[in-house]
Amino acid sequence: MLKIRNLHVAVDGKEILRGITLDVNAGEVHAIMGPNGSGKSTLAYLLAGREGYAATEGEILYDGRDLLALEPEERAREGVFLGFQYPVEIPGVGSMNFLKSAVNAVRKHRGQPELDAMDFLKLARQTMKLLEIDEALLSRPLNVGFSGGEKKRNEVFQMAMLEPRLAILDETDSGLDVDALKVVAKGINALRGETRAIVLITHYQRLLNYVVPDQVHVLADGRFVKSGGKELALEIEDQGYAALGLRDNSAAA
Amino acid sequence: MAAKTDTSEAYVHRFAEAKATLAGHGLPWLAGLRERAIERFAALGFPTRRIEEWKFTDLRALTRTTFSPAPRLANGVTGDAVGRFLPADLPSHLLVFVNGHHRADLSDVGELPAGVRLCGLAEALAEAPELLEEQLCRDGALDGHAPLALNTAFMTDGAVLMLARGVALERPVHLLFLATGDEAPAVAHPRNIIVAEAASRATVIETYAAPAAGAYWTNAVTDIVMEADASVRHVKVQAESHDAFHLAVTRVRLAKGSAYNSFVASVGGRLARNEITAVLGEGVECRLGGVYLARGRQHLDTTTLIDHARPASFSNEHYRGVLDDSAHGVFQGKIIIRPDAQKTDAHQLNKNLLLSRTAHVDTKPELEIHADDVKCSHGAATGALDAEALFYLRSRGLDTDLAQRLLIEAFVGEIIDEVETTALRAHLRRVAAAWLTQVNK
Repeated sequence: MLKIRNLHVAVDGKEILRGITLDVNAGEVHAIMGPNGSGKSTLAYLLAGREGYAATEGEILYDGRDLLALEPEERAREGVFLGFQYPVEIPGVGSMNFLKSAVNAVRKHRGQPELDAMDFLKLARQTMKLLEIDEALLSRPLNVGFSGGEKKRNEVFQMAMLEPRLAILDETDSGLDVDALKVVAKGINALRGETRAIVLITHYQRLLNYVVPDQVHVLADGRFVKSGGKELALEIEDQGYAALGLRDNSAAA
Repeated sequence: MAAKTDTSEAYVHRFAEAKATLAGHGLPWLAGLRERAIERFAALGFPTRRIEEWKFTDLRALTRTTFSPAPRLANGVTGDAVGRFLPADLPSHLLVFVNGHHRADLSDVGELPAGVRLCGLAEALAEAPELLEEQLCRDGALDGHAPLALNTAFMTDGAVLMLARGVALERPVHLLFLATGDEAPAVAHPRNIIVAEAASRATVIETYAAPAAGAYWTNAVTDIVMEADASVRHVKVQAESHDAFHLAVTRVRLAKGSAYNSFVASVGGRLARNEITAVLGEGVECRLGGVYLARGRQHLDTTTLIDHARPASFSNEHYRGVLDDSAHGVFQGKIIIRPDAQKTDAHQLNKNLLLSRTAHVDTKPELEIHADDVKCSHGAATGALDAEALFYLRSRGLDTDLAQRLLIEAFVGEIIDEVETTALRAHLRRVAAAWLTQVNK
């Protein structure tokens, strides 16, 4: 589904990713771990199409198509979803109104009939129940005044509603207490399936106790330095990044 | 009098021809007032950008043309055309004017409670002129303001609303001014007079619109006198034709304990200026808000003066502008706090969203503080749409147009939400949405 080949990415003229190669197949869950400043979020933003993130070398194929040639909204409609590390607060834009527009934009693209207000609400309520989200939260403007945990839960809620084929979740576990983490994991696991792939970007191993990955990759200084099965995550948990000879450079993001 | 390069002399000549036929021409006090007004106008001429208050608004496109008095039409506008401009689900006492002339056949005043007078100015001048003399001849009635003087010389009609002591008007009063913009460029000088006696309450909606395209000029003046503890909510929608000029002055006098709340949505006109002057008595509350949405080569000017003349009053101003293409926005907000106005609490905020590189806005706060025990704040911010928010919305599948539209609607909607009545909020949101739909066509 996703093929990344020798990807180099520069931001503001500085090379952040320095030759990444990765294959993610349908049905798989991959975890990308790494210290702060290793380039994890840069990879996430590049996949979603954020302005200012340009590949200087290499390619990304999504279902055989050049992903980087697509606009952010085209990627979303083709089934790519980015769960933001820092979901953006947008005053004045109602959460539900926004999500209904998004769901219908995606459905329209897939040749599915658009949902009317009633059907949308029904679907949203089922999903909210699964994710233990208070309906009152979503009557507020998008992410405005949400706690950190509420924002992350809202990202997973949006993901569940949009039913992406490739979900990239950027530090969706950070700032969550154990209960919230379990709920978020439940949402992610509900999305798992033969036709879908999930990329979890995380600094810590604990989410991986609940969403067990097929492969784990360690990113450091813009390169994958180690790949393995789920045990690799536990190794990092036990011994830290330093044991792999990596420094945790929090100065860069 | 200095030689004028504009058409002001043409209006002076036209006044000489027309004065014998103007509304209330048999009233000596009014004839005298009109004479003084045209003299004042002749001395002032049209304002140029050399005058500080007009620095950002160039009237030459207006003053190159001599506008004829707008004709009184017996028909030509239908009830359907009127309906388009009324808020949904909000029955009102409706007065309709076409080209500045009251049209009883299109109006629907309905039943008024005892103590409320609502009628056309021409009618009031014919039937009860003694009620208007004090209002029209008030000190400072002419000031140094040329369009105001011209309005006073030529005013033919407008609305008169008088609320007796303690009367609360439940339904809003809607003053709807429609222009037909026929071949010859025409000007209407509506003059509205609102008097709210002690402890009375009312909501007034003022709408300026055109059922069809056309070039014309509306030169409106609205005077609002509020006695002690009166409360007036005032919503204005300026949706003139895109070839029209709209100059409007609203003057509000607030006596002790009164409350005035204004919201202006300005979306129409080739050049429009909404001017509000409020003189505040003791312990009053004055809230001014509004949005101006412009595109193409539109020029929309919001100029306010809040004069804290007496102690312990509160004023708050919050205007937002959205400017696309080569549109030009102007916000001038002057706050005067007089020596006597201790314990004043005054706030002003102006935010602008520029949607193109060639759109521009001039924003000028002006604070003149002569008292020491006051709270006063002002702020202005101008910027483009938030790139991060735009990306977030697009990353969920919304195309750029829709994402932009949601963000603009949010920017405008946040301030519309400050309007109290649900039906009025919905109406204002529709006005903004209509403008937005044109953006994305």
